[in-house]
Amino acid sequence: MNIQIASHINGFLSAFVLLTAFAMLAQRRVYGLIHLFTWQGLFLSINTALVGYVAGKHHLYISSLLTLSLKVVLLPYILHVLIVRLKIKKEVETVMNVPLTMLIGIALVIFSYHLTAPVRELSTLITRSTLAIALATVLIGLLMMITRRHAVTQIIGFLAMENGLFLAATSATYGMPLVVELGVALDILIAAFIFGIFFFHIHTTFDSLDVEKMARLKEGD
Amino acid sequence: MIILILLGVPLFAAAALAFVGDRKLAPEINILGSAATFIAGIGLALQVYEHGPFMAGGKFFFVDAFNVYLAVLTSFVSMTTAIFSRRYMRREREHGRVGHIGMRFYHAMFQVFIFAMLLCLLTNNIGILWIAMELATLSTVLLVSLYRTPTAIEAAWKYFILCGVGIAQALFGTVLLYFAAEKVLGEGGDALLWTNLSQVSDKLEPTVLTLAFVFLMVGYGTKVGLVPLHNWLPDAHSEGPTPISAVLSGLLLNVALYALVRCKVLVDGSTHTHQAGNIMMGFGLLSILVAAFSLLRQKDIKRMFSYSSIEHMGIATFAFGLGGPIATFGALLHMLVHSLAKSAIFFTVGHASQMHRTQDMDKIKGLFNGKPLVGWGMMFGVMAIAGMPPFGIFTSEFLILTATTKDAPFLTPFLLLGFVVAFAALFRRVQPMVSGAVPSYQRQIKVAHLPVFLHMALVLMLGIYMPDFLNRWFHTAVELLK
Repeated sequence: MNIQIASHINGFLSAFVLLTAFAMLAQRRVYGLIHLFTWQGLFLSINTALVGYVAGKHHLYISSLLTLSLKVVLLPYILHVLIVRLKIKKEVETVMNVPLTMLIGIALVIFSYHLTAPVRELSTLITRSTLAIALATVLIGLLMMITRRHAVTQIIGFLAMENGLFLAATSATYGMPLVVELGVALDILIAAFIFGIFFFHIHTTFDSLDVEKMARLKEGD
Repeated sequence: MIILILLGVPLFAAAALAFVGDRKLAPEINILGSAATFIAGIGLALQVYEHGPFMAGGKFFFVDAFNVYLAVLTSFVSMTTAIFSRRYMRREREHGRVGHIGMRFYHAMFQVFIFAMLLCLLTNNIGILWIAMELATLSTVLLVSLYRTPTAIEAAWKYFILCGVGIAQALFGTVLLYFAAEKVLGEGGDALLWTNLSQVSDKLEPTVLTLAFVFLMVGYGTKVGLVPLHNWLPDAHSEGPTPISAVLSGLLLNVALYALVRCKVLVDGSTHTHQAGNIMMGFGLLSILVAAFSLLRQKDIKRMFSYSSIEHMGIATFAFGLGGPIATFGALLHMLVHSLAKSAIFFTVGHASQMHRTQDMDKIKGLFNGKPLVGWGMMFGVMAIAGMPPFGIFTSEFLILTATTKDAPFLTPFLLLGFVVAFAALFRRVQPMVSGAVPSYQRQIKVAHLPVFLHMALVLMLGIYMPDFLNRWFHTAVELLK
């Protein structure tokens, strides 16, 4: 495949990852968020396979498959089962000020480009321009975790951050060594089980997954 | 070989304890497993003492003077904590605060946690270091929420989310580090090995490493509990079971700081400036001051001592940032004595709060009269942690203060202010708890005094006399971290 075209497709797919991150910021329905997260994982997985093909790095195929099975199939499935069991499939979150969050998101993208400029100049990889997008995805995931008040949304923000990190690893260095990527995947899997248990604990204790209700621990007064 | 035993024992113990569950012998198996880990730790220390630093498992593990003492410390404190937790958790079980599934989970996860910390310390691969750190967090999240009270679940959720966010930043920093390393070392697992990186650190691109360090600082700094990233720490410590507070405070914070310092060595080697050190000094000093003043306002006894942990980790971070032989020596010693003293304090705090069935300091009274050994344990512990001579923390704080007056004299008043305020705050609170008449609701319980006084004796010893092997290790580590 022509390097030029590959680089374009890579940029295109990364842009989609960022786009889904923005869509998540605006999405109020819990169910819709899971769909967006699935799409993001899919773009990420295709992108990884593409980079692996163009750069001739075969271990990226394994990473791509890992992403596909974990972030496109398993995690959305677990989340889906959880929200069905907890009967919150239709739940709509009251989100404060979506336009403002979007503007902050845009500012984060610009900030990311500024921050990664020195790294971009040093890199010779075809994927170098996506590093800024990866950092932006991480920061938008962080923003989502800060601004949202629903436990499921916070977890999806956390997983979106993870996607951003994965994209960063692919774009900056053609992926971390395989042993590290497998370890990270294992950690995410454990984390998935933990938040699953947590959702039940929070739901039974607070009768809701609204994190706002958890505000008993305050500084000594 | 010895490393495999050291890591294998806790993993095996975890599996065994998950199987044994809430049977009568579970706490004893927990103690046995931790004791075996400690013996393996001593074996490792002897090997390093005789043959110097070495690598094992195809460069996968690396042991030198810096991590060997932390590995021994980790296995030692986990052993004493297991001894303490035997009676403590049994009583919590009788009080109905934990069920039998909870107990099974508690014992198994305790061992997994020890495994994760040891892996963190011994691995040579900074990617694996990150993974083990995340595993250490994940294994303790559900232990913090073990009591299933609303506040415990809130604390655990906060811990999970904040540390998850923090540790994600550290992964980004690791990716950037790998990016810089790959240019010099070529791609593949070897480019993440610390021993390889430290050899070529002056060839790594300084701009990238500076950027990487900012992310690593925020990431691992969250786990160290540095202000302003510390919000999870007091909650997790006060709501979790006391043995877990002891190991979180005494061990996990140290391990996170260890990770940060390892990364700092690489960044320093590349940039040849004091930038990374300055960032650490800033975070450290802020932590000292904010934590010292927060100490004054606390009502919950475990919360108060967790702020004291933030203060002490701030001191160690500040000293590592300051650099230089005296400050680094002080910081290494400080990590050791703080860990011993703070876990001992959490043991006595656990005893005191079980005697009064509360963590509210206004309701804990008359420990000297009611149960003198618990009272004296707490008094000695607070004297040690506040930095009174002749305890070891006095020595380390004195070294750090001396180095500060020499290298950064304008910061000395701030450091002193932090020490004095923390000292006053702790004594103001502890005085009423230990003295006075025995309240009617205080009950007599059987407690394990051995862990507390063993720790205190060691802290006292380190203040008066430094064993030769430790001295030698610290000097080697100082050379290493220069």
